[in-house]
Formats: sequence, structure tokens, C-alpha cells
Amino acid sequence: MSLKLAVSNIWKSYAGNNVLQDCSFLFDIYGTYVIMGPNGCGKSTFLRICALLEEPDAGEINYFSNNNALKKDVELRRKITLVLPKVGIFNATVFNNTAYGLKIRGVKHIKIEEKVNSALDFVGLIHKRHHNALTLSSGEAQRMGIARAMVINPEILFLDEPTASVDQKNIEIIEDMILKIKKQGAPTVIMATHDTGQAQRLADILLEIKEKKISLL
Amino acid sequence: MDSIIEAFSKAFTLIINFNAELLGIIFLSLKVSGTALVVATIIGLPLSALISFKKFPLKGLFISVLNTFMGLPPVVVGLFVYLLLSRSGPLGFMGLLYTPSAMVIAQTILALPIIASLSNSAIVSVEPIVKQASMTLGATTLQVSLTIIREARYGIMSGVIAAFGRVMAEVGAILIVGGNIAGYTRVMTTTIALETDKGNFELALALGIILLAISLFINSALHLIQKKGMAQTNR
Repeated sequence: MSLKLAVSNIWKSYAGNNVLQDCSFLFDIYGTYVIMGPNGCGKSTFLRICALLEEPDAGEINYFSNNNALKKDVELRRKITLVLPKVGIFNATVFNNTAYGLKIRGVKHIKIEEKVNSALDFVGLIHKRHHNALTLSSGEAQRMGIARAMVINPEILFLDEPTASVDQKNIEIIEDMILKIKKQGAPTVIMATHDTGQAQRLADILLEIKEKKISLL
Repeated sequence: MDSIIEAFSKAFTLIINFNAELLGIIFLSLKVSGTALVVATIIGLPLSALISFKKFPLKGLFISVLNTFMGLPPVVVGLFVYLLLSRSGPLGFMGLLYTPSAMVIAQTILALPIIASLSNSAIVSVEPIVKQASMTLGATTLQVSLTIIREARYGIMSGVIAAFGRVMAEVGAILIVGGNIAGYTRVMTTTIALETDKGNFELALALGIILLAISLFINSALHLIQKKGMAQTNR
């Protein structure tokens, strides 16, 4: 794993309520990390802080490449990505949604076409590429979110409850996709779920957030 | 009653025959209002983005003032532009008074607050998750802002439609700064006012019908685009 993530003693509170207290963990090997815990235990907050969407109140997030700490700039942010629980769909076609990360990186048109089609094929949405993405079901939206994240070849892929509001069929498809990513060996997946069975099916490393702290299970 | 019917029938004859004077008036109306709309959008859209994305002192007051300006009385704007452009005014040396350019300036001032204010509302009502998604995919600050503006495009278009309605229908400001000079600054609304005064109802009515028809056509076209954009979504 060329990109390592060190979470050191982070604290976070919202409106005076502590959500995370002194959380530390080192993500330094390839594989699928699954963070478990009931709803509202701080999993999302932890992922959002790791994905550089939010700042911790105290403590530090550091990414390392070949033991050098990386600056938290756009260049680093482009090596990691987080699929939000509600995805955050743009009012555009499924194709253009999926192509977004490539377009903002200035990737050539032909390359975009090729990568997006292959990603949409991977998540089983190639037949819907010209549909407006806001018409997708929540399961399809989640799959598109994963395709949109995968096209940019992230080194770390954060998934926040990817199956929380999804039917059984889509849960199976999404779990299957995560297993395929695991088989490919990249990217490293760090996901949050409250589903114990799912955690056990997918995880290489199982973690738990309990009483505002993260620990290995 | 008879005179109204007669006026209508003469108006339709005028429209069907489409004389050159009438065409010139219609063309100038569209040119002045269209140019004002384009200029107001070019200034108003970046302004609305600035208001939406940047924090600055007295921002709330600024937005309130902008909202108030949406209802600016056209005659007051006309007076203001007149004073600005009149020979003794600060911009008098440009010699713009009683030209189509003066009319464009006045209508731009009327359209700008509408476009800026409604675009601002559209931009701030884009769901925060869109911004977050764009950030997680590696967008720079500028790219995030452009993505949000893009998401707000149909709301922004509503602002442009509203501004178009206002400037096309407006008469007070362009009458003051344009002077209603035949063949030069005479547009549909000023002609209607003049011809009504003269008791020449058929030409006034013909222009009124054409004005309504053009407004209806342009609004329908914009509305169709907007509806198409919205219909595809679950929102």
C-alpha cells in the first residue's frame, strides 16, 4: 500500500456533544477495513474526517507515501475518495455523473469514454448511461456512486454505509462489487456499516467504534 | 364596442402586412432588451456567485438591498440614468442620451438585481451534499463552485426569464433615456404609449398583440427547456 493513513488522537464534537474521543488508528496495509457500530456512533464522522471533508477539533490526520507526510492539498484529495450514504447525485446523465472526477482532472475525452463505460459495466449500469442520474433507485444510485469513485483510480476508497437504504438484491450486488475490488487488490477500501453479517463477509480487518473510540475487533 | 372590434381587425391587417416601420420597432425592442439581458446576466451571475460563496461584512444587508432593487420603479431608474448621461452629468461626455445604448443601460440596471438575486437564491438552495460529492471527487474550490452553479442552472434560468419579462414590458425608463425618437429609439412599449395618446388605437393594439406573442413565445421556449430539465428528475 503506497498510501498510508495515520489517525492520531482525534476528537470531534457537534454542538457540545462529543462524537469521537481520542481515536487513533494506522491504516497501512492493503485490504478491506470495515468499521462497525450502531447508527449514530460516529462512523460517518470518522470517515468524513479521514476523507478530509471535515477537520477534527483536536488530533491529526496524516497521509504518508514512502514514509513522507503528504500535504493536505488537492493532489492528495485526488488520491482518496468517499462515497457518501446519499451519494450526492448531480443533475446530469449517469454517464456525466460518472465522468465528473475525470473531467475535472482534465482527462482526454476518449479516455473518459473508455473508463466510464468500463466502470458502468462493472456496476451493471451501462444500459442506463444516458438516463438522468436523479431517476435512479437508491441501490442504483449507490452503485453509480461507486463507479464514479472507481473511475478516478483512488488509492483509498471510503464507503459510508453503502447498503443502508438499499434493497436485498442491490445489497448483494454491492457486496459482490466490494469483494471484486478486494480481489483486484486495489484500492484499499475503508467502509462503515452497522450490519454485522455484512462486516464479517467483507472485512479483512474488522474495526469497531464503541464509546466514541475506535478499536480492532 | 365597435371601435374595439375595428381596432382589432386593423391591428391584424397591420400584423399580416408586416410593414417596415413595424418590423423596425419590433427588432429594436428585441435588440435593446436582449442586449440588456445578456449584459445583466454576464454581470449578475458572477455577482450572485460571489454573494453565495463568499462571506463579507453586511452580506445580509447587501442581499436585502438587492431584493429591494428587484422592484425598482423604472421611471426612477430612467431619471437616474438620465442625470448620469445628460450633458451636465458625470457621463455626459459620452453623448449616450437618447440613444439605444442609454436604453440598454437603463434596462440592464432593471434586470441586474432580478438576475443576481434569483440566481443567488437558486445557488444557495443547491443541496450541500452536491458540494460534498464534488469535493470527494477531487474538485478544486473553483470547480466546486462551478459545479454548484451548474446544479442551480434551472433556478438561474427562472431569474433570467423574470428579468426578460420585466425589461420587455418596461416603458418608463426607456422613454426617459431614449426619448422615443421615431426610427431610432422607438420601441414597442413606447410606441404603444404614444399611439394610445394620439388615439391611434389600431397600431397600439397591433403592437400590444405582437409584444404579448413574442413574450409568450420566448417564455414558452425557456419554460420548455426548464421543464425538460426538471421532468427528468425525482426532485
